[in-house]
Amino acid sequence: MAEKAIGCARPTGSVVGAPPAEKGESASPGKEETHVSGILVGRKAPDFIAPAYHKGDFTQVKLSDYLGKWVVLCFYPGDFTFV
Amino acid sequence: MGVEVLAASVDSQFVHKMWDENELMKMVDGGVPFPMLADAAGHVGSAYGVYDDEAGVDIRGRFIIDPDGMIQAMEVLTPTVGRKVDETLRQIRAFQRVRETGGAEVMPAGWEPGKKVLKPGPALVGRVWEVWKPSDA
Repeated sequence: MAEKAIGCARPTGSVVGAPPAEKGESASPGKEETHVSGILVGRKAPDFIAPAYHKGDFTQVKLSDYLGKWVVLCFYPGDFTFV
Repeated sequence: MGVEVLAASVDSQFVHKMWDENELMKMVDGGVPFPMLADAAGHVGSAYGVYDDEAGVDIRGRFIIDPDGMIQAMEVLTPTVGRKVDETLRQIRAFQRVRETGGAEVMPAGWEPGKKVLKPGPALVGRVWEVWKPSDA
């Protein structure tokens, strides 16, 4: 994957198609509920775009670019933690 | 198997680089081979129901996504216990086989390559016990 110009402009990932978060809105419990209820096996995986580190380069990853392939998406609590 | 791995935490891509270079390369030759995503603020984790907003971290969620972009499997653990890669591989192989057969074959509990598969249909109703035993699991 070619290195893309990723500066500090996009510090975090975002859901593709989601409206830009209003200030303070992302912490609202009501919004979380909406997201959680959308996750089910057999349903579409939410598309997202996020900055990434990959083998020495900074890139951007968009889930829908992986259509046609099997993907394992793993979340974990943090770098430099123990497990 | 043809599977792409993506890992995500709330750490920035810059911290991912430091972790890879300073610790993970000592465990894995050449470092982490797959993209490590920066999910500051947990937007992606929230969309997958694995962002703990009190702790401010993505909890240990693992999703198997098929070539159509459908979630076929998910597993979520609290931070203190790690995953078992072999189990993820077993599940992917099972889902790939189901997909290859268009659903004509389904994989019973404990299925691994080489073990008995089931062919759902009217003839199998009430007769699974004849072709599959718990000891096959």
